[in-house]
Amino acid sequence: MGFEKFLFYLFAAILVFAALRVITVRNPVHAALFLVLAFFNSAVLWLLLEAEFLAIVLVLVYVGAVMVLFLFVVMMLDVNVAPMREGFIHYLPVGIVIGLIMVLEMGLVVGSDFFDADHFAAVAAHPADFSDTKELGGLLYTQYVLPFELAAVILLVAIVAAISLTLRRRPGTKHQAPAQQVLVRSQDRVRLVQVDSEEKQ
Amino acid sequence: MITLADYLVLSAILFCLSVAGIFINRKNVLILLMSIELMLLAVNFNFIAFARYLDDTAGEVFVFFVLTVAAAEAAIGLAILVVLFRNRGTINVTDLDTMKG
Amino acid sequence: MEQVYLAIVLAPLLGAAISGLFCRVIARSVAHWVTIIGVAVSFLLSLVVLNHHVVGGAPTYNESLYTWMEVEGVRMEIGFLVDHLTAVMISVVTFVSLMVHIYTIGYMHDDDGYNRFFSYISLFTFSMLMLVMANNFLQLFFGWEAVGLVSYLLIGFWYKKPTAIYANLKAFLVNRVGDFGFLLGIAAVLMYFNSLDYADVFKAAPLMAGLTMQIWPGADWLVMSVICILLFVGAMGKSAQVPLHVWLPDSMEGPTPISALIHAATMVTAGIFMVARMSPLFEYSETALSVVLVIGAITALFMGFLGIVQNDIKRVVAYSTLSQLGYMTVALGASAYSAAIFHLMTHAFFKALLFLGAGSVIIAMHHEQDIRKMGGLRKYLPITWITFLVGTLALIGTPFFSGFYSKDSIIEAVHMSHTPGAGFAYFCVILGVFVTAFYSFRLYFLVFHGEGRMDDETRAHLHETPPVVTVPLILLAIPSVFIGYFTIEPMLFGGFLSDAIQVAPDRDVLDYLSHHFHGAAGFALHGFTGPAFWLALSGSVAAWFIYMKRPDIADQAEERAGGLYRLLLNKYGFDDFNQIVFADGSRKLGGLLARFGDAGLIDGVMVNGSAKAVGWFASIARNVQSGYLYHYAFAMILGLLGLLSWLVIQ
Repeated sequence: MGFEKFLFYLFAAILVFAALRVITVRNPVHAALFLVLAFFNSAVLWLLLEAEFLAIVLVLVYVGAVMVLFLFVVMMLDVNVAPMREGFIHYLPVGIVIGLIMVLEMGLVVGSDFFDADHFAAVAAHPADFSDTKELGGLLYTQYVLPFELAAVILLVAIVAAISLTLRRRPGTKHQAPAQQVLVRSQDRVRLVQVDSEEKQ
Repeated sequence: MITLADYLVLSAILFCLSVAGIFINRKNVLILLMSIELMLLAVNFNFIAFARYLDDTAGEVFVFFVLTVAAAEAAIGLAILVVLFRNRGTINVTDLDTMKG
Repeated sequence: MEQVYLAIVLAPLLGAAISGLFCRVIARSVAHWVTIIGVAVSFLLSLVVLNHHVVGGAPTYNESLYTWMEVEGVRMEIGFLVDHLTAVMISVVTFVSLMVHIYTIGYMHDDDGYNRFFSYISLFTFSMLMLVMANNFLQLFFGWEAVGLVSYLLIGFWYKKPTAIYANLKAFLVNRVGDFGFLLGIAAVLMYFNSLDYADVFKAAPLMAGLTMQIWPGADWLVMSVICILLFVGAMGKSAQVPLHVWLPDSMEGPTPISALIHAATMVTAGIFMVARMSPLFEYSETALSVVLVIGAITALFMGFLGIVQNDIKRVVAYSTLSQLGYMTVALGASAYSAAIFHLMTHAFFKALLFLGAGSVIIAMHHEQDIRKMGGLRKYLPITWITFLVGTLALIGTPFFSGFYSKDSIIEAVHMSHTPGAGFAYFCVILGVFVTAFYSFRLYFLVFHGEGRMDDETRAHLHETPPVVTVPLILLAIPSVFIGYFTIEPMLFGGFLSDAIQVAPDRDVLDYLSHHFHGAAGFALHGFTGPAFWLALSGSVAAWFIYMKRPDIADQAEERAGGLYRLLLNKYGFDDFNQIVFADGSRKLGGLLARFGDAGLIDGVMVNGSAKAVGWFASIARNVQSGYLYHYAFAMILGLLGLLSWLVIQ
């Protein structure tokens, strides 16, 4: 067993453990933290697969942004955890059975001859100066430029949706109305009053 | 050597765990969302493993898009959750039955 | 000649159409002229045809004029078969119809439905002509149903009268029973012969003679017997044979002219005509002939008895019609088809005469039909009296009158016949002669002789009916007397109808009789020595004695034989039986079906049940739609799992 394989099994074990904890812990905060752990392990495993850029993106975007958002929301919402655990034991067998069936079926698929080493021989490692980022960028900005734009639009829509969903105007709060400020006309602001001069007495 | 099957089995385990998570955490929307993230992660694992073993970077491009969509989904999902909590005072799924026919 | 045949049929139809479609527009005189001219044209052309075929010796005409449709080799056509039988029938039909048309002018003078009535009787003439001129079963059935329809319309002509509506419904329903058999018979013909054309069927009949069929498992019947009995069931309905006779007496609710035309002279003889026409088939089934014979014999005797106790002038004549139809049927059963047609013809004349005479009496009595309120009318209605007497004498079979020739030849034919049941039939018909004479003269004496029993007001207005009534009476009286004398030889023994009627040699009783036939006069003189004449005479005398000389005998007999009298008054209970078993029974069955079938099964199970099933299903399916997101997510995952399993297993 080579070092690489050892690393794989190590991180895979941690990953599975973290995933298991995500779905079993009582506290959502802990769950989120275990998810972070899972993402970190995944990133390491992706490095093993020589997908460096994506591994870094996973850490930066997921751990750095999405999971922080999760934690933020979990902590912001005053969630009463106790009632949410109701039925956990009740549904555990169902979950286990379904999970097992899926494992079995996927095992049948994955364990079939089609995916063994004969068909998918391990490819040679890329040379040291190989840049995954450059490769990905080259593909993304040429062949997949339109889907890339589309992804950008999706993100924009997500931003707009998230903001518009959570935006709340409380009555009584003081705020500026920029549109009205811009559209203001001089005659609305200034009133010229004709004042007769008084005779000196 | 690590074979493709190793990655695929890992991803399958991850996926099954997340499915089981959806079942057993049926009342907690937050964990449901996390399970979905986990599920997407399993899918991404597959993409990357195949990209590596087929030597085709297109798989990684797809992971990129999946990440994008997952980020958008998480953002909107959490936003909905916030609004839900604000309006109903709870995120307990059993209380959210206004769609009942 | 083709145009002539067409014109015979279409002229009355044209008249019916004009007077019927424009009955609200045209004047009464237009209505009766247009129909009378139509029927007169038809009658004159019928005479031309008769002359053409009988005197001119033209061959049988059998052509199809129009093909309605053709289905798998079965042609449905309109065509004419004109031979001697048809020629005689159309002449009789159009003649009686013409007389009735003329007579109607007087009888229906005050009626609101004048134009409608003329339309109906012309339509009837058309239908009857279609029936008798048909060269295939389909057209026969068309005519059959069409005359049934017109009969229905005419019995219920006074549609505001509840009894008339009841009677026409009854006639319609009873005829349906017969028509059901008739239709089955035609279907059987089509099934085994694969043709509806007379000529084809008759030609193939010998090949079918030995064929048997299983009506129910284990019962082998001759196909011919089944077909013939089914066809005869139709004839029983139309020709009012026991037990389907119940409609005919009630049909007297209709106006008298149609009683004469339809319910005495022509339509009810359609069954007789049909059986005679089908003689090539009936000859192959002794069973069927035996059935015909027995049914006819029962009708001939037992319906005659009923005539004795009736007090309605038209009903007495109606029962005598039933009895005479029985005679014709007996003749058919004895394979003396020619005798049946011969009696049909003579009967048409004298029965139309009797009915129109009765109608004349009714007009004079201001629509009073009870003979207990008549009497001594011979002084007021001399022409009616004489012609009625002529009709009565013809009916009872007085030698030299036409009725004698036809009836006596039937009696002789039955006497000679060896068909099973012939002995019984002979007993019935010979006793029937006495009964016929008795009720006929009872009617005659009660109406025209003795003391007037009407009230003074009616008596004051009594006078002879107008010429439109009396002229047809006279015109009908002439053939009632003479037609038998002149036509017996050619019709019965001269092979006149041999182109239409086939008789197996071993059953040909008329052929046997012809060896003893020495001219019409000799036949009549010989009749004086036969039992029939003496029975008729004794019946007449008995009627005279009981009703004229000693009226108290009748009352005493009524008291002494109360049970028998009531049995006769109840018409042997046929009506009650039908009312209780069929009418009430079917009503109860209908109620039962309505409750269980309609309310329970259709409304309950099908209509409400399906709604309930949908509701029930929805109430269950609604549980699936819990509104909880995670349930939907579960469903999605389960579906995914299923899909995955399916893919893996594949």
